[in-house]
Order: sequence, then structure tokens, then C-alpha cells
Amino acid sequence: MSASRALPRAAQSLRTAVRAPKTNRLLPSPATLSKSLSTKALQHPQSEVKSKTFFNTSYAQQRRAQSSNASPAPEFYTEENPGRTALYDLHLQHGGKMVPFGGYSMPVQYSDLSVSESHHWTREKASLFDVGHMVQYHVEGPGAEAFLESITPAGLKEMKPGTSSLSALLHPQTGGIVDDCIITRLEEGPKHLFYLVANAGCREKDYKFLSSAIEKWDNTMNPVAQLRHLEHDSRPYGLVALQGPLAAEILQSAFADTCKVDVNKWYFGSMKYITLALPMGESLPIVASRAGYTGEDGFELSIHPSQTVEVTKHLLDTATPEKLRFAGLGARDSLRLEAGMCLYGHDIDDTTTPVEAALAWIIPKDRRSGERANFNGAETIIPQLTPVSKGGAGVSRRRVGLTVEGAPAREGAEIVDADGNVIGKITSGCPSPTMKKNIAMGYIKDGMHKSGTEVQVIVRGKKRNAKVVKMPHVPSKYFKPA
Amino acid sequence: MAASVVSRSFARSIASSGSLTRCSRPQYLRLRAQSQFQPAIRSFTASAKVWQKRYTEDHEWVELSEDGTVGTIGISDYAAHALGDVVFAELPQVGIEVSKGESIGAVESVKSASDIMTPVSGEIVEANSVLEEKPGTINKSPEADGWLAKIKVSAPEELESLMDADGYKKFTEEAESK
Repeated sequence: MSASRALPRAAQSLRTAVRAPKTNRLLPSPATLSKSLSTKALQHPQSEVKSKTFFNTSYAQQRRAQSSNASPAPEFYTEENPGRTALYDLHLQHGGKMVPFGGYSMPVQYSDLSVSESHHWTREKASLFDVGHMVQYHVEGPGAEAFLESITPAGLKEMKPGTSSLSALLHPQTGGIVDDCIITRLEEGPKHLFYLVANAGCREKDYKFLSSAIEKWDNTMNPVAQLRHLEHDSRPYGLVALQGPLAAEILQSAFADTCKVDVNKWYFGSMKYITLALPMGESLPIVASRAGYTGEDGFELSIHPSQTVEVTKHLLDTATPEKLRFAGLGARDSLRLEAGMCLYGHDIDDTTTPVEAALAWIIPKDRRSGERANFNGAETIIPQLTPVSKGGAGVSRRRVGLTVEGAPAREGAEIVDADGNVIGKITSGCPSPTMKKNIAMGYIKDGMHKSGTEVQVIVRGKKRNAKVVKMPHVPSKYFKPA
Repeated sequence: MAASVVSRSFARSIASSGSLTRCSRPQYLRLRAQSQFQPAIRSFTASAKVWQKRYTEDHEWVELSEDGTVGTIGISDYAAHALGDVVFAELPQVGIEVSKGESIGAVESVKSASDIMTPVSGEIVEANSVLEEKPGTINKSPEADGWLAKIKVSAPEELESLMDADGYKKFTEEAESK
């Protein structure tokens, strides 16, 4: 009769789920660009962090003098005092269910669609995501390229203006990931201008990391590099992501007459300056990058703070609710997981290196040896690139994709081998609305990482059959040259 | 068989008088034993209070069978709506003894996994196997066909502390306005 006890607690109570689902997740977005194309932001760097060099002190002094009343840091928020993006009121008008996230109060979903409906909507039509909580920086000056190459493994020297790439800020020595970010080159040398977008949840950590890195940079004979938070009148630039198969059509129909950008020749990973035909007239230039965090074709738009609301409304109005809807953090999470993208603080963190995280592809060939293999943590990371079998250091664990039978495996679930030994841990997981099966990603012992490897995952005390699979789980549909 | 019929009617009769909800398990067993020598007293009038569906603050509901011995457990309309599409339901094993507040299963939607805590103590006597194939039944009919489990209630008085439909409605409205 009476068997054992109840099931071990798995997750949260229904109450928690109902109240504020997924509040502890940090959804980053790779990809975005922007520039202070607008008028004044460049001339009035509100938040110059630091700068100067041994040689160019006067240059630095001039720059600093320009930024009178400089507010050097982005604003930091807490759970008790969350930030609001410029679109906060618009979210409420659209029935947004707001939850604390990355120090901000952000919509997790909207009243018109459930999370899975919104997910399908994005894959079939188009969705608009407010990602204005993410942190946008400009890094510029003669030393900007070398400075960024010292803290990231990105190949910026080869990067052409108007292109962007996923990269990672790295800790010295350990090569652990401080944050993942998207770096876009806006201007060529010798001046150099880079646009960097980082995660909201890492706002303060990134700022401290960058400030201290630039301070160290300053104290050597390096050419000047300046960092400033992208804002105007103390308001950060807006950032929205337009994602889905109809994204290009929607964006094009919102263009101003004077905007001659051809969306059919604008490929994934590149950026354009565009203007939209707002009811009040032509918009200020918008830095638009063909990129996203869903695996769909799409764009991320960095908008001058005075026009964030108008631009967003204009996109929604011109597209109509038949084609474009707001989507929240809930759909964003399942979309990015299907696309195999990492969520900082979960799938990658300060203790994981890019090689362990299966992000070795962000380190181009030119940065793997020679004098340019000089980024933070290169001494740890570069030997990891070569497996032990070939004489390198290799890694002991790797990030992989998994499919799980029965119950979805969520973050923290243990991965075990046939003998029941723990060989890894799930870092993200959910039922995939597109594939109708449970997908996950996690870290697994090196050697067990090959796709097709059968393992088991423990969910609520029970072993569930699982299999290592290639990512992305759902093929990406980026717009690339034929 | 005969005994169980009698005891059911007895349970109903004492429930209608309100004493079932107050007696301890030993008392209950003693009363049940005595009942075999008493004629059944049928009453359909004053029973509403005990048969009524009750709700927890964790959004589970429990409803007692007519004889007051078996409770059916599920999640509320409100919770099912808030969770979105349920894609998997973890059902309890039949035969396990659980006490109030223990996890007896889980429902998974795209965005979250949620434990289901039993609102009352007892022994699980049935799990809704329909949900294994069609977890979406929870969304279609959370408070009827989408039930999760049936439990042989060991301490019916535990229901007393739960909310009735009106109380639960107020509770969710307050939660919404926060």
C-alpha cells in the first residue's frame, strides 16, 4: 500500500509560476548596433568613462572638457527600484505582464497571446521585442581597436565598418566570460568607432570591468580609447528587436522616402543607418543591424531616446496587428533556446571559457597564435582549443544541446551516464513549441559530448532518456547571400 | 461490500452534521465501526459546505466525493490560464501516502515547471492517465476533465482551512491588483 513519499520538489510552486514566471532569467541579446548618429550624442558624450594616454593627454583633456557634467556610468538599478525602458507605458497599454528582470521591469508576455502562441507568431509572422534594458556603449579613439582586442578575442582589425560579431568580455588569466556582447564597427581607423551591446543583468559588473580595463590601458603607452554609455540627456538609447519572416517587409514599408537602403542586399551580421517616415516627419538616423536572438531573420534598432516610443509605435502601426505583435521575455527565451543561443548567467558565466561554451568560433584564426593571441585569458583559452589527444590542454566539459524524453529538463537538472554517474548539468531547457519535444542545453563531460550520445537526465528524482544533439535545435533562417 | 455502502452513507450523514470535519482518524474509525449497526440516514440538504470545492493559495483545488472519503485534485482555471499551454503533466504514483503541502506532481508549460502540492493528506488512489497523452486537457478543462489525482483523504478537517470559490476569487483578484 503506502509507497514512499511524495515527489521531490522540482521547481517552483504553482503560485510562484503564476505570479511571475521566469523572473530570474537574464535574457541577453547578441546583436545590435547603434551609433550616436544622431545629432548631439557624439558631440556631447554624457558619460565618458575615462580616457587619456601618455601621448595624447591633451586630446583626452579636450574630450573630457567637452563632456561637462559627465555621468560616467549607466544607471544601476535594483530589484526594489527597477528601471523602466522608454516603452514601459506602451507595454502596459498592450497588456504587458511586467516582471523584474536584469534590474528592469520588463514584459514577460502580453495579454493577446500566450507564450507559445507568441513563440509561433515570431516563427510565422513577426514580433517586436523591447530590449532597451540592454546596455549600449561606444568605444572610440585611436586605441579603441587594440583596447577591445585586449579584452575580447574578436578579430576587430579585419572587421569592416558596418559589420558586427558576437564576442565576449574575458577575465584575465582564467579566460572566464565576464559577459557576452555584440561588437559592431561603425567607423574605420585611425579614429575607430565601435558599438558594443552587453547584457542588462551584467550592467554594473561590465561597467566596473570596462572601467578598470581602460584605466589599466591608460597607464601604459597605449593610444587613447574612450568608452561611453550611449545616452542623450541622461536617457539611454532605445533598443528594439524586430524578428520573424515578415521583419524585412515590415521594416521596408516603414522607411522614409529618403531612405534608400535595399533590404534585399542587406545581409545577416551587417548594419545600416536607416530613417523611418514617422507621422511627425522623418526620424533621426537609426542604427539597424540585421541580427537577433531568435534564429529568425530580423533587425535590431538602436533609436535616439527622444524617438524610441514614436519609432516603436510607427512599426506596430504600419505593420498592423495582423503581422506584428509585441513579444516578451517568455517567448524570447524559448526562441533563443531553439536557436541554440546562450543566456548569460545560465549557459555561460564567469567560470566558463569560450571553448567550454562551444563558442570557439568567436575566436578567429588570426587571434589564435602570434602576437594577436594576446587577449585576456589567452594563456588558458588557446591551449584549450587543441584537444588532449592532439597534445593540447583540451577542456573537461563542453556545452551541448540535448533532447529529453518525457518531462522537460530545466536548469540545474543533472545529466547521468548509464551507470548513474553524474556527468553534467542542464543550464537551460524547455519544451520546444516548434519541435514539440523537450530541448535543453547544458555542460557535459568531455568525451560524452558527441551528438547521438545517449544519456539520462534527472527530473524530479526520475531518470529520463536524453540524447546529445547538434545545435541549433531549430535551423536558423538568417538572411545571407545566396 | 455492504459495509462500505453503509459506511459511505454514514460518512455522509455525519458530514451533514458537521462532525466528520472535527473528528480525528481514530474517532472516525470507531464511528465507522459503530455505523454498521445503525441505519443509514440520508440527507442531501445541509451537505454543501463539505462537498464544496476548495482552493489553496497555490492554486490547486480539491473536491470531495459524495461519501467524503476521496478528494479529486487539480489546478484552478486561473492558474491554467496564467501558465499557458501545459505540455507535460507529472502524475503521482498510485499508492503513495502524502501529507498536506507535499508535492504530488508537476505541470510544465513552455515557460515554467510548477509543482503541484496536495491540498490534503492521504493516499493517492488514482491519477488521471488521460493527461499522459493529452496534457492540454488541463487547459481545456482545468476544473473538471483536467483533474490530476484522486486522494483517499485521511484528515478531512484539513479542508476547513482552504478557501471556497468566493474566497479564492477574491484572493486571485487581490493578487492581480498587486
